[in-house]
Amino acid sequence: MKIVPRRPSPSKREGKREGIEASMRHVITLLVENEFGVLARIAGLFSGRGFNIESLCVAETLDPAVSTMTIVTHGEDQIIEQVLKQLNKLISIIKVVDLIDKDFVEREMVLVKVSATAGTREEILRVVDIFRGKVIDVGSKTYTIEVTGDEKKIEAILALLKPLGIKEMVRTGHVAMVRGSKLSTEPS
Amino acid sequence: MKKTGSQIVVEALKKEGVEALFNYPGGAVLPLFDELYHSPFHQVLVRHEQAAVHAADGYARSTGKVGVALVTSGPGATNTVTGIATAYMDSVPILVISGQVPTPLIGNDAFQEADIVGITRPCTKHNYLVRDIKDLGRILKEAFYIARSGRPGPVLVDLPKDVLVNSTEFKYPEKVSLRSYQPTYEGHPVQIQRALKLIMKSKKPILYVGGGIISSNASKELTLFAERLGIPVTMTLMGLGSFPGNHSLSLGMLGMHGTYRANMAVMDADLLIAIGTRFDDRVTGKTEAFAPHAKIIHVDIDPTSISKNVRVDLPIVGDSKRVLTKMITLLEEEDPDAFREGLDKWHQQIEKWKSEHQMDYKQDAKIKPQFVIEKIWELTQGDAIVTTEVGQNQMWTAQFYPFTKPRTLLTSGGLGTMGYGFPAAIGAQVAFPNKLVVDIAGDGSFQMNSQELATVVQYQLPVKVAILNNGSLGMIRQWQEFFYGKRYSSSSIKEISPDFVKLAEAYGAIGLRATTPEEVVPTLKKAFSISKPVIIDFVVDPEENVYPMVPAGEPLNQMRLL
Repeated sequence: MKIVPRRPSPSKREGKREGIEASMRHVITLLVENEFGVLARIAGLFSGRGFNIESLCVAETLDPAVSTMTIVTHGEDQIIEQVLKQLNKLISIIKVVDLIDKDFVEREMVLVKVSATAGTREEILRVVDIFRGKVIDVGSKTYTIEVTGDEKKIEAILALLKPLGIKEMVRTGHVAMVRGSKLSTEPS
Repeated sequence: MKKTGSQIVVEALKKEGVEALFNYPGGAVLPLFDELYHSPFHQVLVRHEQAAVHAADGYARSTGKVGVALVTSGPGATNTVTGIATAYMDSVPILVISGQVPTPLIGNDAFQEADIVGITRPCTKHNYLVRDIKDLGRILKEAFYIARSGRPGPVLVDLPKDVLVNSTEFKYPEKVSLRSYQPTYEGHPVQIQRALKLIMKSKKPILYVGGGIISSNASKELTLFAERLGIPVTMTLMGLGSFPGNHSLSLGMLGMHGTYRANMAVMDADLLIAIGTRFDDRVTGKTEAFAPHAKIIHVDIDPTSISKNVRVDLPIVGDSKRVLTKMITLLEEEDPDAFREGLDKWHQQIEKWKSEHQMDYKQDAKIKPQFVIEKIWELTQGDAIVTTEVGQNQMWTAQFYPFTKPRTLLTSGGLGTMGYGFPAAIGAQVAFPNKLVVDIAGDGSFQMNSQELATVVQYQLPVKVAILNNGSLGMIRQWQEFFYGKRYSSSSIKEISPDFVKLAEAYGAIGLRATTPEEVVPTLKKAFSISKPVIIDFVVDPEENVYPMVPAGEPLNQMRLL
């Protein structure tokens, strides 16, 4: 999926910036008031303005009055700038941080149900082992596998499991955090 | 002391200095109306909830205070959506209080239930569903604060019936503390310095200003700044009145139906100082070709407005009034007199454009709508509050009535809501009972909220409605003439049109009619001398078009001229 800007990109304005900017992947961390309707406000902002959400994770923080959200999206600088400003403008959002300029770790968990036949069981277990995954459920014809990692790792294991027969898959979406002793929500 | 939810609402409205309410009752909100029975507010019962919101909006735009509309649940609430969206697009501070079914019934598809908080989420600045009476005071305090602070906008508070009936210990909060909402008022000092440097280096600068000047009450500062440096000023529709339209530095309105000189100046300028404006497509035309030779400074209180449609070179997030005040102070360290003299060539160029093409129309035996507006201007000299409907009537008003004072033009700019002008005039007349309030209308738009004739008669609000009756949805007809091969699809309404004089009389208002140019001035004079609501039917030339016109998506110098 791609973000389709609904207005001509001002970056193409004559004499201002030449060429079309590349669409970049952005991981955005939000601190929001933990109240009903906040998710709807954010989802509505994205859909109403033609921005795309690739993944979204939300849960309470240590302070039960505050939730944290991690949104992954793609877009040109100009679009992302608008996304960030529009998010900031929502009354229920306390903090918006685009992690693109920061050194951060990110993880996603995926549960995969793979068909397991006599011929493939060994291969599946080997792949799972290499990727430090776990078999968390075994059926008569399937394995259910849990893997955690960044986007590249998840894509890599899925590519290997696909030819073996993926029956079903659930992904949590990404969560992210700044490396080192800095906090994700601190100004850089 | 213990208070019911309804008492808390009344108390909050009093504490916030509310004087007038525009309302329409219904089942869910009856406990509140019962409480209002003995309250001191000036209550205006409209005839449709859309009008309640437009009236609150007209009240807010003309006074700068928060306008309040009060409606019931379900259809009462959904009828407010157009009004709310109108206020949202034009950054108008209003509070809409809607009734809701009792909390235990919410989500059960109860009678007259609508998820109005869900429906209005994208068109309010913020909205609330009050689930617990303990939150009510705080929420109302926040609602007023959010509506009027920062970039103003509409806030909706949805009140379930049981919340209105229940009681709690109550004390209205003194202060608002919202950690997630802190508007930036002071512009960054370094950016302001830089902006001034850019300005002092420019040879062909123009000020391009919008409704933000009016919301922040910065007209005086703008005028001072423009005069000190001799910089010409062009205004958006929402900005009309923020700078005197008859001032020698005024270029008039820019954009699709802007003046020739304003649009030419934008295309030729080397510096655009945009203040309190948002580069709307009706202003910019083709964005890629907007102000192609200019560096752009943009002052706005809303960061999302900056570089949204057109990338700017120097953004300043802040309140127009404070930024202008700061700039004026800093000016004294520069040499404004020398700068002003250096603009002579630029002024000559603008004079040349002005002489090449003036805003004009051709007189003949029929009444020209522009002529009516010119006469309204001549008779009032700007000492009136003018509202408009939407379409040709609105554009001609913008072109032929040189607004000299802020808050004297109330018009739906962003959303372009037909039916806005008449109820907005009601709101303005309630705020200023002794002022002349004129709605310049079209026969199409007026019929979108003509039921409010009952309201103006009931409260004897002496609103004057000047209908420019051309028997068609004029702007649609114009587009069809220009761009759709004169196929007038669904734009003629002359086949069945009410007799507006009789319509006025049916409601107990005064109806007048003028059919020849000679009758225009006497009819207007007569109307303005009557201290009752008057509807004037001006039978105008049905073929008249709005010129100049920049076709949508074209650069501003591609104007169709008369």
